[in-house]
Amino acid sequence: MRREAEKVLLATQGLAVGIAGQTVVHGLDLELAPGARLAVLGRNGAGKTTLLSTLAGLRPPEAGEVTLSGQTYAQLGPRRAAQRRGLLLQHQGDAFPASVLETVLVGRHPHLSRFAWETAEDARIAREALAAVGLAGFEAREVHTLSGGERQRVAIAALLAQRPGVYLLDEPLAHLDLNHQVAVLGLFARLAREEGAAVAMVLHDPNLAARYCNQALLLYGEGRHDAGPVDELLDEARLAALYGHPLRAVPDGDRRWFVPA
Amino acid sequence: MPSRERAFLVLALLAAAALASLMQALAAGSLALPAGAVWDALLGRGDGMSQEVVRGLRLPRALAAFACGGLLALAGALMQVLLRNPLADPYVLGISGGAAVGALAAMLLGVGASFGIEAAAFAGALSAMLLVFGLAHGDGSWTQARLLLTGVIVAAGCGAAVALMLSVAPEHKLRGMLFWLMGDASHATDPWTPLLALAAGLAVALFFARELNLLARGAQLAATLGANVGRLRLALYFLASLLTAAAVTSVGSVGFVGLVVPHLVRLALGNDQRLLLPAAVLAGGALLTLADTLARTVVAPQQLPVGVLTALIGVPVFLFLLARSPVRSEA
Repeated sequence: MRREAEKVLLATQGLAVGIAGQTVVHGLDLELAPGARLAVLGRNGAGKTTLLSTLAGLRPPEAGEVTLSGQTYAQLGPRRAAQRRGLLLQHQGDAFPASVLETVLVGRHPHLSRFAWETAEDARIAREALAAVGLAGFEAREVHTLSGGERQRVAIAALLAQRPGVYLLDEPLAHLDLNHQVAVLGLFARLAREEGAAVAMVLHDPNLAARYCNQALLLYGEGRHDAGPVDELLDEARLAALYGHPLRAVPDGDRRWFVPA
Repeated sequence: MPSRERAFLVLALLAAAALASLMQALAAGSLALPAGAVWDALLGRGDGMSQEVVRGLRLPRALAAFACGGLLALAGALMQVLLRNPLADPYVLGISGGAAVGALAAMLLGVGASFGIEAAAFAGALSAMLLVFGLAHGDGSWTQARLLLTGVIVAAGCGAAVALMLSVAPEHKLRGMLFWLMGDASHATDPWTPLLALAAGLAVALFFARELNLLARGAQLAATLGANVGRLRLALYFLASLLTAAAVTSVGSVGFVGLVVPHLVRLALGNDQRLLLPAAVLAGGALLTLADTLARTVVAPQQLPVGVLTALIGVPVFLFLLARSPVRSEA
């Protein structure tokens, strides 16, 4: 039982990631065990998205390797990898019309054999996922008619329907209003705590990172990074260096709130 | 998402419509035959005259028209997924342009046999396919925008070559060349090659159908859900190109079918490729068969190029469907 709990879902060894000749991060050793909630913080263009898609196996690393439960993406192949890790993309492209339910059912693809059609069970999973993001009753709506925030929650529902063990979230809070931001972060925190998932998410608010995550990865650009437990890592000096803007920590009980100075 | 049962029902209805269009093609013409006589002729009974007309003349042409309509609709549907653009058609990447250059050059050089013209058209289509692939894939990046632009430019180049050949062609060859360009099934005597290409193409496309559903939603999303996007796109490009080449080789560049049939099927049935692809094949085949029957009967004994009629039939149907479907407001 204890061995099981210590199993690492996603790990990197000496990972170096670059884009267009620029190194985003190098020498990254990361371990996400069940229950891990990692916040990836950094300025615009620091390489957060590039790192996440490398973790998802969509682009090859410059050096080092990424493993899912000890296996590389090459060993797993795309289908088995898709059963183990899911990636929420920053942009949802809808070139063709589709209903909300269809769009969420796409998440079931890695669980279906080549010629199988979605079953009633798949539809149930998709409806549950929609309910989890507060979109019960939206099944028949056309995705073209949704607002930006609703479309984002449909994408999150598709990811939930995929039911991976590792969730990689690129800007999960994009377009969401306050109550949905809190609801979505709470949802993934619960998945990590109760179902043993590992979550890595790109966030822009250090306060939400401190509240919902237990690990943090700060990307300073040009390859330098800091990683560690979120409570130790987040302080005024590091955040000021990270964002290039001074911050103040305002104490509130046993918590701190970071506000731009 | 349609259930498998609904998909089969829709396909059965479309198959019935396709059969009806084929029966109509066998019955109509200067020698009009009732349905019973068509059956007799098909089964080798009845008088020799109607047997000769039905089995020797009408059946090969009707089957060729059906196969090419299906090929164009399938190729169009695949191109729309590959380019993630509902306005893409089988000709957008220059395949038909290459075929036209080949066919017209053969006519200009005095190749009389329809076999020679077909061979030249097919060679032209293949050259265009490899040229576009080589140029778009050159540095290994292979993006949709680059592929589309390369294809459009190669098509434009072929268009210029076609215009040049038309302007220097002697008067008596012009009519044949123009008919080829508009699409004409009257020389299509061998239905088996396009039918075989259609069956093989549909089988390959259905093998990848659910992955195509993913690709239609974006390459990155498809990759995160376990599709091998690089391999899928290559397969899609060569499949759609070869299907197009097979069709234009046989009946010339018939317009409209490849753009509008997939679109029309999508409006009526949704965008699940598992249903859309076979439905487009049946609808495209039925449309071209019907159009070809009209092309040889409306102003008989004069024959019209079938490409003109596909547009005349398809445009109002398409506009009707468009007006009927709910308006989508862009969020």
